[in-house]
Amino acid sequence: MVKTEGHSLAEAVRYRFPVLNQNVNGYPLVYLDNAATTQKPDTVIAAIDDYYRKYNANIHRGAHHLAHIATLAYEQVREDLKVFLNAREKEEIIFTSGATDSINLVAQAWGRKFLSPGDEIVLTAMEHHANIVPWQMVAEERQAVIRVIPVTEEGEWDLAAAERLISDKTKLVAVNHVSNALGTINPVKWISELARKVGALLMVDGAQAVAHMAVDVQSLDADFYAFSSHKMYGPMGVGVLYGKREWLDKMSPYRGGGEMIDRVSFSGTTYNVIPYKFEAGTPHVEGVIGLGAALKFIAETGYEQMHAHEQLLLQEAVEQLREVKGMRFIGTAREKVSVLSFLIDGVHPYDLGTLLDKQGVAVRTGHHCTQPLMDHFGIPGTVRASFAVYNTSEEVDRLVNAVNKAVGMLI
Amino acid sequence: MTIEERQQEIIAEFSMFDDWMQKYEHIIELARELPVIDVSKKTDDNLIRGCQSKVWLDASLSEEGVMSYKADSDAIITKGLVSLVIRVVNGMRPSEILEADLHFVKDIGLLEHLSPTRSNGLAAMLKQIKMYALAFSAKAT
Repeated sequence: MVKTEGHSLAEAVRYRFPVLNQNVNGYPLVYLDNAATTQKPDTVIAAIDDYYRKYNANIHRGAHHLAHIATLAYEQVREDLKVFLNAREKEEIIFTSGATDSINLVAQAWGRKFLSPGDEIVLTAMEHHANIVPWQMVAEERQAVIRVIPVTEEGEWDLAAAERLISDKTKLVAVNHVSNALGTINPVKWISELARKVGALLMVDGAQAVAHMAVDVQSLDADFYAFSSHKMYGPMGVGVLYGKREWLDKMSPYRGGGEMIDRVSFSGTTYNVIPYKFEAGTPHVEGVIGLGAALKFIAETGYEQMHAHEQLLLQEAVEQLREVKGMRFIGTAREKVSVLSFLIDGVHPYDLGTLLDKQGVAVRTGHHCTQPLMDHFGIPGTVRASFAVYNTSEEVDRLVNAVNKAVGMLI
Repeated sequence: MTIEERQQEIIAEFSMFDDWMQKYEHIIELARELPVIDVSKKTDDNLIRGCQSKVWLDASLSEEGVMSYKADSDAIITKGLVSLVIRVVNGMRPSEILEADLHFVKDIGLLEHLSPTRSNGLAAMLKQIKMYALAFSAKAT
């Protein structure tokens, strides 16, 4: 554990993120686009470098020394993820290219096999497009029906509506653990029990959760849990799908190729066991190894400390930005991660984002791939600042000052 | 003034500013000066949809055979950039616009606004300006 309290946590880890140490447009960079992707600590960068310098090889089949070491390192991360998620066995951990890929895997490999005409898939209005479109695609093919749980003005699920919508017809409930646009931490355990009662499966999009909180897939009783490495201090291009063995065993592979087969002949091919039957082709070996280093970084830093620090930053930002005339926060749920979406009367998000960038402050503007949610609030998009473990109170001040300066120019 | 001379004038104008914020203050001023497009012309047909901001563009050909563009945007910075583009092309013949290399956006350091990550409709607007010129070039000759 990194020994610090509250705000000094950022100082204890910040020097390990080389990319943060630079000027942008003449100002020291303030990176507040962490919900899009976090920056990477030195140990993650070193793990990738080390892999290519010392043991790059294609994994699993090689009979030679380097292939052996690379395979061990790759499979060790699977084991680490089993512990990280509290899965029952490491075979329930499948490597993908990202959360989007993980969700598509379930939609194709589970949905095409188990959905029948008239079956219902229940989503919420705050899903990322990645947890909407794959279901629309398979629903169209299987003639299944999509039902949507609405959200409240605060940006929380409408629980009464959820109780009405989840019924005997429901085959799958697919929800995000944390909203990328609003930061809302959703009551996944609650909806899990609801899904269980009607015999529906639960798919959780955890892309925005894993950087901020411990996830226990057994406690959530999730059938599937998806996330991306790059939003949790790991490399890009790697994702994880946790799935319960009982379902993964029954699902058919949806991509063919090497590694996923047992035996291939032109009269018929038999498939490998899980997890390999879902990992066709050469995987992103250095990415997985880098993810292993990211898991270590999180374990050393500690979720509790990260959460406490990030909540303080969120609170400081809310308190200061509230003073800006015309400020409207989008998403004011009781339980939130350090994501702050806002709009200012008479100011277009694009203009504000541009002027913040010119002052060295990186935020995200737009609909955040959640157009149905933006439609619900009747807005074209928001400005979103999202805080990570390495952000500081001084950076919150920089954000607020930059917002004030921009607003002065725009209004 | 030719299109090229107009572009050089804008480049000289922007070279006076020391930093980014001053450049953007100027762009915002230009946006406020841009004649407002008639509401009746802010139709879906005239809408160029960017992912982040919208641009409306309308064009006509005068009796003298020169182009007249009118535009608006929901984002003020986009609108300011649009007003610069219009300053360069308005009153020019369709053939001159078709041949023009509109390099000034890059030269005043605003190329990022044309990049896909910005998705602000400006790049699509530059294309649409030429499309209008092409459509009217037949009439003009």
